Amino acid sequence: MARKPDTDDVLLSPARRRMALAMASLPLAAGLPALGRAAAPATAEVNTTGLAVTDTEVIVGQLHSATGTMAISETGSIQAERLAIEQINAMGGILGRTIKVVQEDGASDWPTFAEKARKLLVSDKVATVFGCWTSASRKAVLPVFEKENGLLYYPTFYEGLEQSKNVFYTGQEATQQILAGLDWVNRETQAKTFYLIGSDYIWPRTSNKIARKHIENVLKGEVVGEEYYPLGHTQFGSLINKIKLRKPDVVYAIVVGGSNVSFYKQLRAAGVTADKQKLLTISVTEDELLGIGGENCEGFFSCMKYFQSLDNPNNQKFVQAFKAKYGEKSVIGDVTQAAYLGPWLWKMAVEKAGSFDVDKVVAASPDLEFTGAPEGYVKIDPNHHLWSKTRVGKIRRDGQFDVVYETPELIKPDPFPKGYQ
Amino acid sequence: MESFSDLGAILLMQGFNGLSVFSVLLLMALGLALIFGQMGVINMAHGEFLAIGAYTTYLMSTVVQAHAPGFMPYYFLFAVVAAFAVAFAVGWLVEWLMIRHLYRRPLDTLLATWGLSLIIQQALRSVFGPREVSPELPEWLMGSWQPLDGVDIPINGLFVMALSFVMTGGLLLALFRSTWGLHVRATVQNRLMSGAVGIDTRRVDRVTFALGCGIAGMGGAAFTTIGATGPTSGSLYIVDTFLTVVFGGAASLFGTVASAFLIAQTQSVSEFFMTGSMAKVLTLSAIVVILMLRPQGLFSIKTRK
Repeated sequence: MARKPDTDDVLLSPARRRMALAMASLPLAAGLPALGRAAAPATAEVNTTGLAVTDTEVIVGQLHSATGTMAISETGSIQAERLAIEQINAMGGILGRTIKVVQEDGASDWPTFAEKARKLLVSDKVATVFGCWTSASRKAVLPVFEKENGLLYYPTFYEGLEQSKNVFYTGQEATQQILAGLDWVNRETQAKTFYLIGSDYIWPRTSNKIARKHIENVLKGEVVGEEYYPLGHTQFGSLINKIKLRKPDVVYAIVVGGSNVSFYKQLRAAGVTADKQKLLTISVTEDELLGIGGENCEGFFSCMKYFQSLDNPNNQKFVQAFKAKYGEKSVIGDVTQAAYLGPWLWKMAVEKAGSFDVDKVVAASPDLEFTGAPEGYVKIDPNHHLWSKTRVGKIRRDGQFDVVYETPELIKPDPFPKGYQ
Repeated sequence: MESFSDLGAILLMQGFNGLSVFSVLLLMALGLALIFGQMGVINMAHGEFLAIGAYTTYLMSTVVQAHAPGFMPYYFLFAVVAAFAVAFAVGWLVEWLMIRHLYRRPLDTLLATWGLSLIIQQALRSVFGPREVSPELPEWLMGSWQPLDGVDIPINGLFVMALSFVMTGGLLLALFRSTWGLHVRATVQNRLMSGAVGIDTRRVDRVTFALGCGIAGMGGAAFTTIGATGPTSGSLYIVDTFLTVVFGGAASLFGTVASAFLIAQTQSVSEFFMTGSMAKVLTLSAIVVILMLRPQGLFSIKTRK
């Protein structure tokens, strides 16, 4: 990047200078049009609502559980968001400003999430927040974001039935995750009878409700059992015997957390393996397989929008960068990828709006298309969810997935599905 | 007659499941029964000693796999012993640093050990990372044993059961047939008098506490075959464990055995006939009602009133 030294360069802050160096060291950057400096508009122009934006910096918040029980799941999201922000900064930041992160710890405690959200929005005045994981934490911070007019990018696939002006949902809502998977298993194996299992809280219950309606009304199949076990349940022997008794074509499992590990270990020990029983789940990603062990659920199917093994150039670059930063052994699950989208989608919206103002960013977001996503092409719907493909992966012994099916088209997000409530 | 033999097979497996749940409960509750029952210490960190045992197993599996893969089929037995040793050592340390200052204040032990459980959880998280891990298990522990056509008996269940019964037998023998056991029972009944006749009550306390923790660690190693290994996986078991000990009658090991059996059977059978959450409600309600009628639990040591 040969640039004539001009007077402005003398005034470069150390951060900007580092950034310029990083740009110079990026082979890609040479081919891109001059980013950043030329496009850096005045702060008064891009920030009319008093956000933490200066001439050189924009401050964003990150709000996940780094401690407590949910740290198991949220660590991947923290890492992915960090990686995306780092890459954006290396490309010159957003509107010529380097992104600086204030990270808060929700500590797996929902009131703490609400309190930290208020702190980020009111005292740090962050331009946006990447955060939350469980629906419970999102529900806890939602009133804060709506009252303070903040902006939240939420990464987890979830039960739907929500839409807020202040939130963008980068994971799948329930119908995107459930319907195509059920259609696939019904088409491929002529499955007609299903046994629905879940941990006892809102996401598995809502998801199974949608699954049941789809099985009964659309697939004309039969639900031969539907039951829920308390979170943290560790003994699944009786359930496994009931499955053996009813002999469903497909076991549809939405078990989470430590229970998940017990469930699959005990299934295998009871001789229920993929050669005898079809099992489709929407709660097992590469992350969960670290704890379960691929050998315990080899051959079962998982329905997600992203798998680490996806074969496309975007994903190869993403996986490579992720491993370079977090170690060769690190794995990337569905939600980790969705979290990675957050900073990029925000960047695109801010640049389109030419402003960090929340209202303008929100207004600029619908119909934004992101072609660089590791999962492939995605698009933001006016309902603040993403259009994305649904994929089915077959679990391998090494804890990765073979992608056996993907929907030909992007699926429209439908957080309030008619006929499924 | 195929449906009949099918049903028979299911019944057989369901019977085994009841025993399997029983042995899990028993193995968890054994250490706690010793600590809570014999010493009156409410150890909220009991589950974390379980986790310490589980992580010891994970460490061993990682080390063995890296340096002596040929040893993999046998390492697990040594891991169980190592888990006991590590948990025993940590228990010893905890007793010395914390518990011995709190013997006359049982409610404070509740708070202090709860704090300890949070500390251990976060320490495990900082050292091993927040994600769950999965120790590589030897092939012979996996899968099922098929004594009859259509009957699958989980091998890991059998293993947990055997370990649980051996430990219970060993502990009962030690308590009622060894000098140490005599000292423990004497100290429980009358601490001052035991000291007066020359029993080192401090030492008895320390060994008893450490032993309880060691058994929990051993349980943790065994549970890696049937459950999760993570910083908080021990806490999944803690409620059931207290339930078993309190229901059985705090000061009686026989009570713990009986209560583990009753709770396990109730849960296993009710889970078969209703959904998981409802089965839990039924089990807990039954326990509440029985404890209302019999606050001292199923078995209690006879005392003069």
